[in-house]
Amino acid sequence: MGGDAAARFAERSRRLMDAVELRESDRVPAIFYTMFWHARFGGMSCRDAMYDYDRVDAVMRRILEEFQPDAYALPHPMTAFGAIMERMDYRQMQWPGHGTDENVSFQYLDREYMKAEEYDEYLFDPTGFYLSKYLPRVAGRLEGLSRLSDLPGQYYMGLVLGMRHYADARVLAAFGAMREAGEEARRMLGHALAFAKEMEQRGFPQAQGAAANAPFDYFGDNFRGSKGILLDMYRKKNELLAAMDKAGVFILRQALAAGSRSPSRVVFIPIHWAFDGFMSLAQFKTFFWPSFRRLLIGLIDGGLIPLVLWEGDCSSRLEVIGDIPAGKAVYWFERTDLVRAKEVLGGTVCLRGNVPASMLTTGTPGEVDAFCRALIERVGKGGGFILDGAIGIPDEAKTENVRAMFESVRKYQP
Amino acid sequence: MTENERRLIEAIAEMREEEALELAKAMLARGEDPLRVLELCREAMDIVGKRFERQEYFLPELVLAGEMLETIGAIAKPLIQERSGGEAKKLGRVLIGTVHGDLHDIGKNIVTFMLDINGYEVRDIGIDVPVAKFVEEVRGFQPQVVGLSGFLTLAFDSMKETVQALEAAGLREGRRIMIGGGQVDEAVRTYTGADAFGGNAVAAVSLCRQWIAA
Repeated sequence: MGGDAAARFAERSRRLMDAVELRESDRVPAIFYTMFWHARFGGMSCRDAMYDYDRVDAVMRRILEEFQPDAYALPHPMTAFGAIMERMDYRQMQWPGHGTDENVSFQYLDREYMKAEEYDEYLFDPTGFYLSKYLPRVAGRLEGLSRLSDLPGQYYMGLVLGMRHYADARVLAAFGAMREAGEEARRMLGHALAFAKEMEQRGFPQAQGAAANAPFDYFGDNFRGSKGILLDMYRKKNELLAAMDKAGVFILRQALAAGSRSPSRVVFIPIHWAFDGFMSLAQFKTFFWPSFRRLLIGLIDGGLIPLVLWEGDCSSRLEVIGDIPAGKAVYWFERTDLVRAKEVLGGTVCLRGNVPASMLTTGTPGEVDAFCRALIERVGKGGGFILDGAIGIPDEAKTENVRAMFESVRKYQP
Repeated sequence: MTENERRLIEAIAEMREEEALELAKAMLARGEDPLRVLELCREAMDIVGKRFERQEYFLPELVLAGEMLETIGAIAKPLIQERSGGEAKKLGRVLIGTVHGDLHDIGKNIVTFMLDINGYEVRDIGIDVPVAKFVEEVRGFQPQVVGLSGFLTLAFDSMKETVQALEAAGLREGRRIMIGGGQVDEAVRTYTGADAFGGNAVAAVSLCRQWIAA
């Protein structure tokens, strides 16, 4: 790393840690995070952004040099996984060439991937369920794994002779697809790592490393679908609570392992189903918060920094979610008023956000500048604030508005 | 109202699903008028809707109530003799859909449900709806209100195009357009040229009440 770049890297890293640990700093930091805006900026299609690793590198290089954020979220693991999904015939998403147009972002398919009556099976043996039921449902080419049921039932000579299952043509086909997808995943992540290294040499820290989900979202998004989990809150209350406790252990272990391998200690946790209009505060306290809090505390105890993106308006949750150790996490709010969040949570957690997506997309640089200034002056006071868009940089944001946002941290002081 | 009728309304409104279904089944098995049972369900849904508006109930209750209504309806409807009418008069017509490029439907479904239980005739034309399809459906259905839904930011442009196409087809006159979902706010409303935006299903209902004179 060159002397200047090394100094910039250290300065930016310190500025971010000052914010996390609620200390005043030389200025408010700003982070670059997007799903597909880089594609628009670089004149690529969404499809290119999901498949062409080199072009993603090239455009991200330009973005970082031009906007000089204090940190950035590596786009590859967030968007450039088209080829991996293709190799496994992944079914939980539609993406360019696989259900959506060339220029439309990927979209998750909100469906039931585990039936309500399967909670007991999940609770008895999560790994067995995952292997023999879940994987074959969510990935077409992994259907052969359904042949591998009841592994602990194979022991002694049954175990030895049970080896024949691993030569079953359907099982082998699944293993073959896993290998192909795995090799592609390694290629992509290797590429991403090299890019991150290069950016480090140029003075840009990564904003986040591992990712995780709240246990409620884990089931709602990935297993039961939104309608399923809403009904489970009444029809399968005890099973859902028990399953979340169980899944929470796996989610934490996985995030701790991934976090310890990553150069960034920040664990990104987008929160989908916690917002005010979705469930009551009493339901939030019963169904959402307890298992999620355990995850947060587990990550913090493991030396990691949870970065929680609270989607929607979570105003009524602020008092409850403040129950974590001070200076150890970042709460990124999408539509919650940050001034009010600062009043309630300012002494506990670093806040991030939240220039509206509508303003970055349809507004003017003057509006963005004024909005950022107000945030910096009001929410940045005393430290503990990171400037960002409400959902990062929206895919359709105007370049001049993005520029205004990143310039504002250099223009205004808390 | 009989004691059983009162209990059925209460069981639905209080989210006691098993009890509600047992009561409804027993009433129908005894040969009580299926139209009367459905009428009781509607009364219960009124209570659920009001509690949702007062933020005592949230999405789990709306969805569960919808399920109860569907289950009871599925048993009751085949029993309905060819009697006259039965359906309450609708307050007005609303066409709703998720704009093109966007596949999200949860918000749209909730709005549809709330408008439906509030007495509107709602035609839901699905997700990822092309502009031309909106134009065609509006022409055919002649709704007083059109609802455009979208969760992604790409929906801003799709909404704008849809509004413009309705205008160009001469279908805007005498008709209101509301938008909602995800990132939608006043800035997006201005951008798209819609008449109003709503932050939730209750807002959608009050807009329709405001726009469609009873």
